[in-house]
Amino acid sequence: MTQTAAPTGVPVAPNEQGKAPNFLARLTGIQSFQILLVLIVIFLIFTLLAPTIFPNWTNIRQIVQNVSILAVLGIGMTFVIITSGIDLSIGSVLVFSGVVSAKVMQAIGGSGWGTALVGLVVAIVVGLLWGLLNGFLIAKAKVPPLIVTLGTLGAALGLAQVITNGVDIREVPTVLTDTIGYGNVVGTTIPLISLLALVIVVIFGIILHKTKFGLYTFAVGSNEEAARRVGVKVDRQLISIYALSGALAGLAGLLSLSQYGTTAIAGQSQTNLNVIAAVVIGGTSIFGGLGTMFGTMVGLFIPAVLQNGFVIIGVQPFWQQVAVGAVLVAAVFIDQRRRAAAARGSGSKSKVSLSSLWTRKK
Amino acid sequence: MTSTIPILEARGLTRSFGAVRALDHVDFDINAGEVVALIGDNGAGKSTLVKALSGNLALDSGEIRYAGGVVDLNSTTAASKLGIETVFQDLALAPHLNPAQNMFLGREIPAPGVLGKLGFLDTKAMRLRSKAAFDDLGATVRSMTDPVGGMSGGQRQAIAIARAVAWAKGVIFLDEPTAALGVVQTKNVLETIRRVRDKGVGVVFISHNMPNVIEVADRVQVLRLGRRIATFEAKKTNMEELVAAMTGALDGAGA
Repeated sequence: MTQTAAPTGVPVAPNEQGKAPNFLARLTGIQSFQILLVLIVIFLIFTLLAPTIFPNWTNIRQIVQNVSILAVLGIGMTFVIITSGIDLSIGSVLVFSGVVSAKVMQAIGGSGWGTALVGLVVAIVVGLLWGLLNGFLIAKAKVPPLIVTLGTLGAALGLAQVITNGVDIREVPTVLTDTIGYGNVVGTTIPLISLLALVIVVIFGIILHKTKFGLYTFAVGSNEEAARRVGVKVDRQLISIYALSGALAGLAGLLSLSQYGTTAIAGQSQTNLNVIAAVVIGGTSIFGGLGTMFGTMVGLFIPAVLQNGFVIIGVQPFWQQVAVGAVLVAAVFIDQRRRAAAARGSGSKSKVSLSSLWTRKK
Repeated sequence: MTSTIPILEARGLTRSFGAVRALDHVDFDINAGEVVALIGDNGAGKSTLVKALSGNLALDSGEIRYAGGVVDLNSTTAASKLGIETVFQDLALAPHLNPAQNMFLGREIPAPGVLGKLGFLDTKAMRLRSKAAFDDLGATVRSMTDPVGGMSGGQRQAIAIARAVAWAKGVIFLDEPTAALGVVQTKNVLETIRRVRDKGVGVVFISHNMPNVIEVADRVQVLRLGRRIATFEAKKTNMEELVAAMTGALDGAGA
């Protein structure tokens, strides 16, 4: 009958169980770390094959810059997939937000920071609204995420074309293209857009892994019914997460405008699938409850490095798609084995490592 | 028994699922600091009654009183606020979260100061208090950092029970708490039930294990076909009588 809502009993000595006996063994059991090893191997292979061109900074800078916008999208997708959902609409929301933002900036005129800032806010708000629509339909109307976001994928792209009559807008404030688009961090050769993306990734990585919002994201994906029973506001959590994904797609719309100087309406048809592939390659389970922001970032670099490397060593870049497809299936295969092992109830001892894929008998 | 106000009391609860009347004007009562065993054959309405009394089921009619006052248990949150906790047969744990995270899910301890306002959590405090709660229960939880999905059925059950015990201030429902447990763990759970009772909490214990029921319960209430058909003092009854009541051989008898 104690009033404090605390477990009873006196506090015991700090437990030592939190520390794993073998840090390295634990590390290699984490899928995002395994996939990092794959990335490093790919990197080393290209370095050996093209030692003068591939590993130099100009080239790496190019890869990093190419990944930046996808990284912003990957944040939202990581949250969404951890809840065992999916968001197919991000590419279309990116385009729609870019179009509306470009229209507004066009109407205001000028190419200074004032206009650009309005454009930024407009892009994020428009993306947020699409995300809220997704979230509401998924959490309240109980329509499956795949269908809801397939619907908004079509709707957002169609409306973007209605607004523009299908003709890309090519007027973007020069401050945006000069700074975010192609500019570097002052005094360095690091792309500004990449630094921006990194900051956002780190912030949301901390939110995902250290805060209550992040914990509830995992809880909803792990056992929605259990989360509901202990009082987690599951619907609100889902709506927030899809809204986040939408808002980040809106931001990515402005980044895309800055980088390419055009709304590129037709240029995002594969974006959603590329981002989903990256998230899954990075070890986030499509069945929910499991995933890391770090893994998603590693997962984004694998296709990017493959594409870049194939071009450099003279392999047809189409092979990139083949390779990414194979990595994707392998990643999900590992995830399945890991889940099966966990379901057998043997815990950490049965973690599937890459090495166990080569040895058939354990 | 009649002089005290029951901590939780149900009168005439009715709930139908289509043509099936799962609860048929069922009554139930439990006092603070008492262990009441709820028994009945499969389909007697035990789980439905527990759901209704823990805020997991809407009722067609009937009245629930908590410490004498009529309450509306329309959600688990409402039940939790009153201090009613439930351990369901499916345990309601999030398999990917660790024991401490499950223990405090929905009731996290925020980090001190401004970090807590930003949504950061005091993971260490939650881990220590969870550990203390598990030790209190005599439960061996192997790791505080591994996901519970990889743990044995007994460990998961211990975590779910420890969670309910830690938060229950009024009544705790245990739906088949010993079904997946070994001999030693079962003993621990029965011991826990007594200890929780001694703190003044009402414990509702649902079980098919009659020796356990007779061992730990103060009173035994028997459900059949959605009604309470008998109440026994555990000290004055025996297994034959209970089984007879459950199967209907004693219809109309008892309190």
